[in-house]
Amino acid sequence: MKIHLHIWRQESPDKKGRMESYDLDGVEPDMSFLEMMDVLNEKLTGEGQSPVAFDHDCREGVCGACSMVINGQAHGPKATTTTCQLYMRHFKDGAEIYIEPFRSGAFPVLRDLMVDRSAFDRIIQAGGYISNHSGPKPDPNSIPIEPAVQESSLDAASCIGCGACVAACPNGSAMLFTSAKVSHLGMLPQGQPERFERVASMVDQMEEEGFGSCRNYAECEAQCPKGISIAFIGRMNADYLKSKLIEPVDGRGKMHAQ
Amino acid sequence: MNRITTLYSSTIGKKFIAAVTGLILFGFLIGHVAGNLKVFTGTTDAGVPHVDEYGQFLKVAGEPFLPEMAGLWIARLVLLGSVVLHIVVVVQLAFRNLEARPVGYVRSKKAASTLAALWMMFSGTLIAVFIVFHLLHFTVGALPIGEFQHGAVYKNLYSSFSNPLIALGYVFVMGVLGFHLYHGVWSLFQTLGIDNPDRNKALRIFAIVATIGIVVGFSMVPLSFMAGALPAPVDYDPALLGH
Repeated sequence: MKIHLHIWRQESPDKKGRMESYDLDGVEPDMSFLEMMDVLNEKLTGEGQSPVAFDHDCREGVCGACSMVINGQAHGPKATTTTCQLYMRHFKDGAEIYIEPFRSGAFPVLRDLMVDRSAFDRIIQAGGYISNHSGPKPDPNSIPIEPAVQESSLDAASCIGCGACVAACPNGSAMLFTSAKVSHLGMLPQGQPERFERVASMVDQMEEEGFGSCRNYAECEAQCPKGISIAFIGRMNADYLKSKLIEPVDGRGKMHAQ
Repeated sequence: MNRITTLYSSTIGKKFIAAVTGLILFGFLIGHVAGNLKVFTGTTDAGVPHVDEYGQFLKVAGEPFLPEMAGLWIARLVLLGSVVLHIVVVVQLAFRNLEARPVGYVRSKKAASTLAALWMMFSGTLIAVFIVFHLLHFTVGALPIGEFQHGAVYKNLYSSFSNPLIALGYVFVMGVLGFHLYHGVWSLFQTLGIDNPDRNKALRIFAIVATIGIVVGFSMVPLSFMAGALPAPVDYDPALLGH
């Protein structure tokens, strides 16, 4: 099949970028989207042009490295699918395909389609951990967990941190990512000791990174390659408000009756 | 206090304020539309329209604990404060959102966002302008539209809404208000962390039913006057109002 590509080219973070068009012939329907990009890059290299830089790693939908906005949607037109799991058979012969980087002030473009997603790492560092003893290994299943809670926590933990939620959100908000990371620990018994401290630190870090605000479009949920629910955003809102309005700062102070 | 200031500076804190003030204003709309429907219930035996009596009741609400007009002014200040806070935090967030994506997309395709959600700032701005217009029109009586007499609610409505342009203009704004409520009434529960998958359907249905109820309820008044379905006002002794 033959396709017409329009790709964002930008040499470095401080250079101005632009859309460039490429025609690509001989594309097999069974190629993955990234394999098609490989073919394009071989062609460009052969012609003496610089290849298109893009992020990729596992190419099996679990690492969260691939990060393209394809025809206006993060990871392309197919729901709950990463770019690497998208195949050329999902496009028509002769299709016009627009490829852009994830757009966010907090994700500066490094080159072409590669963006710097370190902001997510800093959010994780702010509170995405639990405290655990390093002594003898406890008995398996020694902490009872309600199956529904465990499943829901695993749903949140399926977030691969790709940043599609930020790219998809009309406001460039990172609420879905942060809420998934806050919830998958905060819902489990092991995550209780830091539960409110965690949500406060991670949200405060998210704010500092300059992401936009949530307007409950649910666009993130629709474009998330793992289909993570905005129910976690509601849950994080409740926990964050509790951490700022209800949880005691000084739990040990003396009090007076009159 | 430090926690409160970080809460206010956060987007979630600002959304919390927008949600709480939105809930107050939503509650006001329900009361307002219920009061408006008194237009359809006719007059007392003495010939005073029920809606005029209702207007008088609002002025003396809270008596004898509060002096005349005090209850009304307390409510007005709470509403004004809510409107101002609602607008201030939302505008601050809108600027933040613009900064969050300095370079936009060439192609953008929405997978889930409704037009109501995407146009909240437009519908909100129009509603804010309408509130000023509406207060000048029917509370102050400062606009050269129809006749205006303080306290004669029914007569004022009849006089203004007999003009189809005014009546249809009001109905149009109510449609825009419906757009705002369709998203806002559900969205506020999500922002407050009250929505979850168990309740989502119920809250969505609540938002839709409330929106339809409010829009239809409000629109029926100008439409009925415009269509001539309501009787012309009859002059009565204003002294009858207080009793």
